[in-house]
Amino acid sequence: MKQLNVEQRKQSFLPKNLGKLTIILLILLIVSIIASIAFGSRSIGWSTILDGLFHPELMDHESSVVRQRVVRTIFSFMCGGALGVSGALMQSVTRNPIADPSILGVNTGASLFVVSGIAFLNISSANEYVWLAIAGAILTAIFVFTIGSLGGSGATPLKLVLAGAATSAILTSLVTAIMIPRQNVMDQFRFWQVGSVGAGTWDSIQLLLPFLIVGIVIALITAPALNAMALGDEVAIGLGVKTGTIRLISAFAGVLLCGAATAFAGPIAFIGLLATHVIRLMIGPDLRFVIPLSAISGGIILTISDVVGRLIARPGEVEVGILTAFIGAPILIYITMKAKMRSL
Amino acid sequence: MNNETLQTIIQSRTKRKRRYIMTLALLFVIVLALCSAMLMLGNTIYPVKDVIAVLLGEEVKGASFAVGTLRFPRMLAGLLAGFAFGIGGYVFQTMLRNPLANPNVIGITAGSSASAVFCIVVLNVSNTMISIASVVGGLLTVLIIYGFSRATSFSIGRLILIGIGIQAMLNAFISYLMLIAKTNDLPTALRWLNGSLNGAKIETVMPLLILIVICTPILIYFSNHLEMLELGEQAATSLGVSTNKVRIILLVTAVLVIALATATTGPIAFISFLAGPIARRIVGVGFSALIPSGLIGVILVLAADLIGQFAFEVNYPVGVITGIIGAPYLIYLLIKMNRKGEI
Repeated sequence: MKQLNVEQRKQSFLPKNLGKLTIILLILLIVSIIASIAFGSRSIGWSTILDGLFHPELMDHESSVVRQRVVRTIFSFMCGGALGVSGALMQSVTRNPIADPSILGVNTGASLFVVSGIAFLNISSANEYVWLAIAGAILTAIFVFTIGSLGGSGATPLKLVLAGAATSAILTSLVTAIMIPRQNVMDQFRFWQVGSVGAGTWDSIQLLLPFLIVGIVIALITAPALNAMALGDEVAIGLGVKTGTIRLISAFAGVLLCGAATAFAGPIAFIGLLATHVIRLMIGPDLRFVIPLSAISGGIILTISDVVGRLIARPGEVEVGILTAFIGAPILIYITMKAKMRSL
Repeated sequence: MNNETLQTIIQSRTKRKRRYIMTLALLFVIVLALCSAMLMLGNTIYPVKDVIAVLLGEEVKGASFAVGTLRFPRMLAGLLAGFAFGIGGYVFQTMLRNPLANPNVIGITAGSSASAVFCIVVLNVSNTMISIASVVGGLLTVLIIYGFSRATSFSIGRLILIGIGIQAMLNAFISYLMLIAKTNDLPTALRWLNGSLNGAKIETVMPLLILIVICTPILIYFSNHLEMLELGEQAATSLGVSTNKVRIILLVTAVLVIALATATTGPIAFISFLAGPIARRIVGVGFSALIPSGLIGVILVLAADLIGQFAFEVNYPVGVITGIIGAPYLIYLLIKMNRKGEI
């Protein structure tokens, strides 16, 4: 009898499929790392890859390609992780299953600020415009949330999505208006705009890292409070949660993460949606586990999409932002079709 | 009902009718003024006399090329596309009884754009093929969106969300095509991202002209059914409208017009969204706002194109201008609808 109680208690603390899911994710993680280093638009033999990895003194072309792929892999894991956590945070803050930086228009806000920076402030390096991107993301997020949560029923998915789409439309027009007279800006921006992890360097990894750490730490700290808030604000307040502060802090962390990732990789859509929904399907809504696992699954999804993008268009490559839109949009449609009418 | 009230009703009705006709006439005058502005203004300003002479087919030195080959097709493209977006958008908004349910928001224009850009960049086919492909693309997109939103239980909200999802995919596809495009295909293809009257040619405008001439009477004929549909499905059925048939005819006609307009000028942002509500407000209740919506569409496109051409040092495509003007209105509408709890 006693033993059974202990068993039950254990089960209530840990989600059912946690162990299984962690193992699957770890396997996928390793597979995607290997794939991302091994495959590319240029085929390189396994022995050359190993040589490139373990003999940093080799200076030939192929080893440097391999080393660039290592950078790219790390970079894409960081971006994917940031976007995954950002999606999990935004979904729980807005209590909205389809909140994703791209759907809410936050990416376009970052784009507008980056383009303005390139055009008016002569900014050209990522470490300068990361701040602009984050500022743009934060302002847009505030704007969209405000409009989307007006009225009686709060921020419903439909209201938020429409507010996001309308805001995106204005911002996109402004971006175009800034770009058209400036050919050089257009060239610089055309490739940033698609969303790609190919331009990652050690520098950008170093710059992105602090944002990633701060964002994820905040996310993990606020996770228990967010769990309580998922039961309703009254319950959370009863449990001693300062709902306003928690909502503000975790929304800030969510925007920070996606703003930073967008600054370095360009607007990559739907990772926040994809990463979290797979995890939630498997282990349920407990954010203490959803957040770290979404970080991993976001990284995996982005990296695998990137590998696929490199393989399907040899000798060129399809930018990862395009692929994630193609994988993510059907998920959005699926969620919409499954959702009960009233919750829209 | 005594005689006096009847008299008042008849009087106010004639008054309103007169006002309706006056409004139409006024809109026509504005359209005409904008058209002449489009023909006269440019690097060189030609007097009315020269413009008329060119339009009548006479040779006028300089003016023949500038007005006949450059400005006239441009004006015509703006005129037709504005009209098409205006009436098409009005039909959608009225039929779905929601101002947000317009071709732009739910991604029909993205479908037309994607297939047009695909034809230009990958297939390298003739202009006629591009037009056909973009119409087919638009229709297919409608079918897909409508099919998905019918799969469980239909609601406008679901339709809009699914449309946004489909649109995201189509836009990603367009971005990809733009990246692999050859540099000399880029300007043509770029038009499909913003909507522009640049480089309009008389032969690309002709199909749109023919289609509008065919479709407008159909839409006018069914527009009184449309007013009844506006009262709600059941009311319309009890008034003797076979709702499904009318709905399909109207939907297909509107999509045809919008898709071909998109193929000609690109998706000029927000025209199909703005024209209907403005026309409704001007015309008032009781009269069809179909033709006024078309005229408002023309006015918006031509005015925005004139602004884009002359107000700044740089030439902006018309779609950028309408985007900057139109999106704030969309946000205003959202705020209003959210407050009332209509979404």
